[in-house]
Amino acid sequence: MTNRRDFLKAAGLTGTGLMLGIASYANGKTALVNMAIPSPKAVLSFELHPFIVIDNAGGITLINHRPDMGQGSWQAVPMLLAEELEVGLDQIQVRQSDGLRKYGNQLSGGSSTVRTGWTHLRQAGASAREMFTTAAATRWNAPVTDCYAERGAIHHRPTGKTLTYGDLVDDAAKLPIPAKPQLKAKKDFKLLGKALPRPEIPDKTTGKAVFGMDIDATNGGPANMLYASVEHCPTILGKIVSINDAAAKKIPGVKAVIRCERPMPHRTAEAVAVVATNYWAALQGRRALVVKWDNAETAKTTSTETYFANLREKSKGETSPYYTTGDVKTAYEAAPKKLEAHYQTPFMAHAPMEPEVAVAHVKADGTCEIWAPVQGPDGAIQQVAQYLKIKEENVKVNVPFLGGAFGRKAYLDFVLEAVNISKQMQAPVKVVWTREDDITQGPFRPGMLSAMRGAVDAQGNVVAFEHKAISESIMRQVFQAPLGNKADDWVKESIGKDESPYAFPNAQVSYGNVQTDIPVVWWRSVYSSTSNFGHESFLDELAHAAQKDPLSLRLDLLKGQTEGEAGKSARRFTTVLETLRLQSGWDKPLATGQGKGVAICQSFGSICAHAVFVSKQGKGVKIDKVVTVLDCGQYVNPDNVRAQTEGNIVMGITAATKSGITVASGQAEQTNFHNFRVMRIDEMPAVAIHIIENDEPSGGVGEPGLPPVAPALCNAIFAATGHRIRTLPFDMNAIG
Amino acid sequence: MLNFTFQNSHLIMASISLTINGKKRQLDADPQMPLLWALRDVAGLKGTKFGCGIAQCGACTVHLDGKPIRSCSYPVSAAVGHKITTIEGIGTETNLHPMQKAWIAEQVPQCGYCQSGQIMSAVALLKEKPSPTDADIDAAMKGNICRCGTYTRIRKAIHTASALTKETASTGGK
Repeated sequence: MTNRRDFLKAAGLTGTGLMLGIASYANGKTALVNMAIPSPKAVLSFELHPFIVIDNAGGITLINHRPDMGQGSWQAVPMLLAEELEVGLDQIQVRQSDGLRKYGNQLSGGSSTVRTGWTHLRQAGASAREMFTTAAATRWNAPVTDCYAERGAIHHRPTGKTLTYGDLVDDAAKLPIPAKPQLKAKKDFKLLGKALPRPEIPDKTTGKAVFGMDIDATNGGPANMLYASVEHCPTILGKIVSINDAAAKKIPGVKAVIRCERPMPHRTAEAVAVVATNYWAALQGRRALVVKWDNAETAKTTSTETYFANLREKSKGETSPYYTTGDVKTAYEAAPKKLEAHYQTPFMAHAPMEPEVAVAHVKADGTCEIWAPVQGPDGAIQQVAQYLKIKEENVKVNVPFLGGAFGRKAYLDFVLEAVNISKQMQAPVKVVWTREDDITQGPFRPGMLSAMRGAVDAQGNVVAFEHKAISESIMRQVFQAPLGNKADDWVKESIGKDESPYAFPNAQVSYGNVQTDIPVVWWRSVYSSTSNFGHESFLDELAHAAQKDPLSLRLDLLKGQTEGEAGKSARRFTTVLETLRLQSGWDKPLATGQGKGVAICQSFGSICAHAVFVSKQGKGVKIDKVVTVLDCGQYVNPDNVRAQTEGNIVMGITAATKSGITVASGQAEQTNFHNFRVMRIDEMPAVAIHIIENDEPSGGVGEPGLPPVAPALCNAIFAATGHRIRTLPFDMNAIG
Repeated sequence: MLNFTFQNSHLIMASISLTINGKKRQLDADPQMPLLWALRDVAGLKGTKFGCGIAQCGACTVHLDGKPIRSCSYPVSAAVGHKITTIEGIGTETNLHPMQKAWIAEQVPQCGYCQSGQIMSAVALLKEKPSPTDADIDAAMKGNICRCGTYTRIRKAIHTASALTKETASTGGK
């Protein structure tokens, strides 16, 4: 679809430039789009509007509209544009979008960049290519079919004449935008599907890359910036009783101690900011503060122990089904072998290596400028405008590289906190969270209970399968969606019938909501890293009860699913599992004390299965290797697909075997990396990753590798030791 | 060398003379300020990162006389008289350190935030052990956390850098 008006306006703004946008949006299946429940406070928009800027000096700028937190959008988005535009990656400049609506949805989340952009970004590139071709053909008075595009220029085949895009841009800008440009065939791709080096990596090895933490006047940040460290309430619902700032104010460099606030979507927390001329002074000032907090309300009620007790209680009653097949209750009662189990996953901090940080400048003229590592600059504009009650066009957002995020930096409390402090100080302020702020304050991945029941008949067939997923809902708490008795659609991501397509004759998968004050939000792979643990671990229990090989049992269960979306998923699952069987040497017998486990999960449009191999070691186990098969459909850069999957394996092992967040008397008990432990290099197992080649639509790669890690690992541990792990995290050095 | 300034009996600033990346630098800073913040906010060398503040994650790793230290937990005044090397000082844009070349060859970084610290630890390791085993790498690198999970590639890149260094040595630095 063309948008002539936007196009002309944009061309006018840039003088001699061509700016091309496609104002249409894919019917792509994304977790963030498919919100069945109306959300009164939705902050996401769902348009895609990528674009290309070419100046008449030949400069080619491609916009990356999805902030890069390490997932590779800085390369992937330009590659999709450049492939069809016929320019080399060495010929382009990449610029991060600034959140303006014309760029559409700019949220890096839900592993959505490539799968929502695969067609539309390429169409944008192809449209521009066709306009340049037409412009050149007209100039030469030659048929378009005699002209072709290559490396930023149009070439005339019969004569060898050449005009660059810079030569042609004035003419091309006057042409109508082709409605249906011809996309290249996969076999003709020069960039897509190739393991090309990522353009920003050299700067990430020399210290030159600018992260949010690095913003100051030397790299585009504001002059005369102040620094703030914020004393947040140690408990979740605490309120300030008194502040003694006498000692803090004596610290050289401290300018002010002020009450401030940390606005979360569902609640605003009171806090105290120490503002200084340098960060170290602000931090020292904060340490010298004496703040008395009233913790009465929270201490009584808020603990993870209470929360999980509430989940168990909820599991005894009615839950809201995602799907029901047959009659699970009757089949369960009648079966000779019955199994019942509770699986539990903890609250989890994101702990990106760069703690939350934001520079805000609320200016005297009523405008506001932000420099911050946020996953979505468009959401940041909307939230800052709403918070300050100013127009969106009066907010400017600059997004540097993100030092990791994993979902955390799509929750903008830290940005609004900086806005609040800047407004009070009437100066640009950089708020730097400490690691303790990051780990204790949340929001966290919500803890989940999977209440499982299942049964096996005398012939070893699984005849009943029931999964009740119980948790706090992000949609309810963060977006205040009126969930009522409805199932939260996001939790279905990897356990619905189309997503987990086993043909159980009798099955029910359902959801139950339990509320908590503990702040929650999406964490890499959202609910799939929790719901899939019970789902795929319990299937392993059923396989052992049926005395069947767990991988074969899965293949058997997939055979019966042939219809519709579920049937399509079942066929792809089968290919992935058969490939895994081969690639992992699954059928080779193992030595005593060794074990193997398998799990598979579809999430964010891709299917990933891991085979984990472990050996007993002392009182625990060690992971010998992880073999992975990923079907992510058509992909941009296979090396980056591998990198993301390696990362998912590390984060999956960490989440399973290190630390969760526990809250007691309203206070998170983990504070920094000494007690919120994460996996380190000495525990890194051998990893082999196989990517399925097919022509399926692009799926996500930033998250789908994570969910099956924990169940595959625990299934392997059961095979090696006979000990079934149903509660995460667990200690790999003390099994049983 | 240290010069102190007092105001109402409070020590507010010292003029601290440091050698950073081979150059003498005069920094005005609280002597107790961690070297990390002195490097970043006073000397303007922001390649060194803040990750935890308690020497648990390694993002702030720099060299003091060639040995890796966690600059977040090292007072700037204690660095006086020592040679400090940061990520900005191990190579130049046109002549990258073999470790940086290896990091690019193996496409190690994802978000990149921890990588300055990772590279500084790795450079120090190769000085001690030019041909490290995987076990040597694990021992030397386990103080550096990477949440993106680039560990497999870090191991590979250190082996690659080791090979590159030997190659460079055998061709006389050419």
